[in-house]
Amino acid sequence: MPSISRGEVEHLARLARLAVTEDEVDRFAAQLDQIVQAVAQVGQVADQDIPPTSHAVPLTNVFRRDDVRPGLSQQQAVAAAPAAEDGRFRVPRILGEEA
Amino acid sequence: MSELTRLDAADLAARIQAREVSAVEVTQAHLDRIAAVDATVHAFLHVDTERALDAAKAVDDDVAAGRPAVSPLAGVPLALKDVLAMQGAPTTCGSKVLEHWQPPYDATVTRRLREAGVVILGKTNMDEFAMGSSTENSAFGVTRNPWDLDRIPGGSGGGSAAALAAFEAPLAIGTDTGGSIRQPGAVTGTVGVKPTYGTVSRFGLVAFSSSLDQAGPCARTVLDAALLHEVIAGHDPLDSTSIDAPVPPVVAAAREGATGDLTGVRVGVVTEFAGDGYQPGVSAAFEAAVAQLRELGAEIVEVSCPSFDLALPAYYLIAPSEASSNLARFDAMRYGLRVGDDGERSAEEVMSLTRAAGFGAEVKRRIMLGTYALSAGYYDAYYGSAQKVRTLIMRDFEAAFGRVDVLVSPTTPTTAFRIGERVDDPMAMYRADLCTIPSNLAGNAALSVPCGLSGDDGLPVGLQIMSPALQDHRGYRVAAAYEVARDAAQGGSLITRVPELEVV
Repeated sequence: MPSISRGEVEHLARLARLAVTEDEVDRFAAQLDQIVQAVAQVGQVADQDIPPTSHAVPLTNVFRRDDVRPGLSQQQAVAAAPAAEDGRFRVPRILGEEA
Repeated sequence: MSELTRLDAADLAARIQAREVSAVEVTQAHLDRIAAVDATVHAFLHVDTERALDAAKAVDDDVAAGRPAVSPLAGVPLALKDVLAMQGAPTTCGSKVLEHWQPPYDATVTRRLREAGVVILGKTNMDEFAMGSSTENSAFGVTRNPWDLDRIPGGSGGGSAAALAAFEAPLAIGTDTGGSIRQPGAVTGTVGVKPTYGTVSRFGLVAFSSSLDQAGPCARTVLDAALLHEVIAGHDPLDSTSIDAPVPPVVAAAREGATGDLTGVRVGVVTEFAGDGYQPGVSAAFEAAVAQLRELGAEIVEVSCPSFDLALPAYYLIAPSEASSNLARFDAMRYGLRVGDDGERSAEEVMSLTRAAGFGAEVKRRIMLGTYALSAGYYDAYYGSAQKVRTLIMRDFEAAFGRVDVLVSPTTPTTAFRIGERVDDPMAMYRADLCTIPSNLAGNAALSVPCGLSGDDGLPVGLQIMSPALQDHRGYRVAAAYEVARDAAQGGSLITRVPELEVV
């Protein structure tokens, strides 16, 4: 049976860009473990030759005409930004000290 | 309480056209009701008073000028779930990450409502990003069930369902990814419909699980739900998963059903959705409803759908996987919350701190679960298997619909549970969606219609009716016929038995 360790929760939180406290790591480890145990039942079909379904109503090649149409103005686009400067998104530094 | 708030949508629209009452009076009556009871119920996160009155005034102007009604629901007020974008008002999805965020465009559903002259009263409370079955996961407080204020109104669309049961609005919009329209409908004694996937545009619907999310109508009667269904449904080039096909004739079906004859209709009772875990009062109400369908002339058969037992586990892999990807957009850069930006921290650190502060526990659990299920080494065992289960469920439906016209089950295994009862037990919470999930995974149509009160606690029970994809009208016909028979047998509409709320 699968099990989820504290270390695994820390790793998942890092991958998902979620800062977690020690308490949360404990709580999520126990809860995720319980959930994963329950959902692992789907594994009983893993070896069967069944085509996967990703969408209930499969549609392919949905195109639209290649017409120009108005999008958001620059002002609208940055209107809800947490920080903006000169009509652009202002973001924290992207590179580390060593870069 | 003004009598106007007790009327159904079809009746209100007719009275407005007949100039018996103005749309402004109707809207004002509902705004007054919200002011009187919403401090208790807390169905709304935002009330859009001025624009609602403006929209009502525009309908009155049309009536005064003798112009034909823009739709059969012109002038009728509606409560919009806060997961659909509406320009000029906040769209929060019940999350701190989007607190105060105002979308720069309208969702297609919102646009269609406006064009139909429907008066949008405001935005309703919900579980954060529609993840939950109780509306307790909202960052902005719980919504209370008008039938019993200590109990949940269902979720994620608890605000929309509670608004109907509290007579704050005759119509509402919900979204249903695993049951978020139908289960709140069941536990509040209201009608909730999940249309066929792809028939109502997802443009402007903030994505939780894109292959499952579907907006749909909520109302107090089957006919009102059908009228609203026809307003919001239809092909939309802005949603690449939108189906380019005519809207199923749901209003005609509701009217046909209301004649009370189901002769020749084959109804399948799902074997797997009964027994252990089903509250006795729910099972009894369901069985009585099936007996009533038989009296209406329907042929009842039992149908086994063995793969439905795997629907819940498959859903809790597929939905979190898609959510973990969809919610990556909340990165603290372009919109929404940003915390910890002290000029020193990197973008990645700010992102992690923001997501930690902005998301609630259930959203974090699902993001991590989805991240786990999609990880290299686990993908085939979890996500890949869940996609195979999805195929098996579709095959079960296909086989069943070869024998019967519709399938029925209880909408959810219990009546409304107490606030707080399941917050620390995710698996217990997830089981509320046991019966509703198969239709999301298969993408077909399903609805919940109230089927009486549970004998053990006096709370509403829902009858779920499932139809094949694009055959939404079948469910409406059966539901409308049942509704007429139920009201005749019980001496009036179920919703009128909701206790009076204390008015402040």
